Amino acid sequence: MTSGGTLRRITRGFTGRPRDRSAGDRLPPGQYLVNDFPVLSAGSTPKISPEGWDFRVLGVDGKTLARWNWEQFRALPAETTTCDIHCVTKWSKLDMTWQGVSLDVLLEGVNLDAAYAMVFSEGDYTTNLPVADITGGKAWIATGYDGHDLEPEHGGPARMLVPHLYFWKSAKWVRGLRFLEQDEPGFWESLGYNNYGDPWREQRYSGD
Amino acid sequence: MAGTALLGRLSWRVATVSDVVPETARAATLLLEVEDWPGHRPGQHVDIRLTAEDGYQAERSYSIASAPDDRALALTVERIDDGELSPWLTEVASPGDSFEIRGPVGGYFVWDAADSAPVLLVGGGSGVVPLMSMARHRARRETGTRMRLLYSARSEEDLLYRDELDEMAAANDGFEVVYTLTRSSHDGWSGLQRRVDAQMLSDVSFPERQSSPVFVCGPTPFVEAVSKNLVLLGHLPRRVKTERFGPSGGVHDI
Repeated sequence: MTSGGTLRRITRGFTGRPRDRSAGDRLPPGQYLVNDFPVLSAGSTPKISPEGWDFRVLGVDGKTLARWNWEQFRALPAETTTCDIHCVTKWSKLDMTWQGVSLDVLLEGVNLDAAYAMVFSEGDYTTNLPVADITGGKAWIATGYDGHDLEPEHGGPARMLVPHLYFWKSAKWVRGLRFLEQDEPGFWESLGYNNYGDPWREQRYSGD
Repeated sequence: MAGTALLGRLSWRVATVSDVVPETARAATLLLEVEDWPGHRPGQHVDIRLTAEDGYQAERSYSIASAPDDRALALTVERIDDGELSPWLTEVASPGDSFEIRGPVGGYFVWDAADSAPVLLVGGGSGVVPLMSMARHRARRETGTRMRLLYSARSEEDLLYRDELDEMAAANDGFEVVYTLTRSSHDGWSGLQRRVDAQMLSDVSFPERQSSPVFVCGPTPFVEAVSKNLVLLGHLPRRVKTERFGPSGGVHDI
């Protein structure tokens, strides 16, 4: 019985872990802290050699607007960024340090008329993002983690890094992005996961 | 890719425990009645949320073990000693208890019974749980689709669903199970006794490597090794679907 408020459903006999306040207000709802770096992906880890790798920026018509091979990409100005990562499977890891190239550097001089982008990876993986969420210092193509080259199971040689959204938006084994005039769902977004994925609004699944 | 249909909001529902079945010394199956449960597809998981008296809440994901046609929703949970939800789910939960559940979740690691291609399942430890949902679904639907499960566990005592799997295989209608133990076995153990390797995967693979769907679930190093070997053996990467759980993340509270 409630008197106007929401009934909180207490689970008989459940106490939970000792309350860990070390994360302060940095842990979004429904998340828990981990210290290691879990691996989650939908299939086998692809083998990608730097010789065959490139990163492409494609226009809405699919035409290549810019392209970098591995050597050219590595010559771009990289930066180090430290951020908290929140995975939709509920783990969060604080203060992860990455090395990578800001999307602002890659998109310099590219006409940003389109409002959305589809990021694509080796294989069939895609994820959609508003352009506003990958520009303005909010997204990187990461090639390093914690001072060493990004390992294949974590998305190496290069992965997207969009720390303010759930981690599936930070596509592993990234190969480029295509601008979209209209938003389209990517891989997980077509399979029941949220289209935008803001951890602070707990937008895990479709309709959240 | 299927699943682009309109998807409704996944709201939290109340699950009531109707029975708790001990599986091994560390694992138990919870049979649940869920209000307005929308049904699931084999391979999917659910989110569970428990609430302490002070309002503290914790959420984790667990794979569904039951077939879609089964009356109760079954979750098999392995107790993780420093886990947060699994000790409650395996040791405290009793018939009549209730908690919140949300799902089903995950539209990729799913076997479609309408696909008649032979299916290979490779499970490590409690990674067998979503694969069991697929095996049960196949058995209930009597599709006759060939299905093989390669199941790796530490010891005989750690094997989940052993009797049921043996029964399914004994029916001789196209389901086979191959066990391998990585740590210890008793005298008289007739199954394999090593980690899953390329030879073993080659032996269990169907000849139709280009079309045969493969589902691999287990701890991260297990899935990494198995999926890599499968691709080297000629399986199409896009047909090899994986679900991983790490030491402290992922879908199994491990």
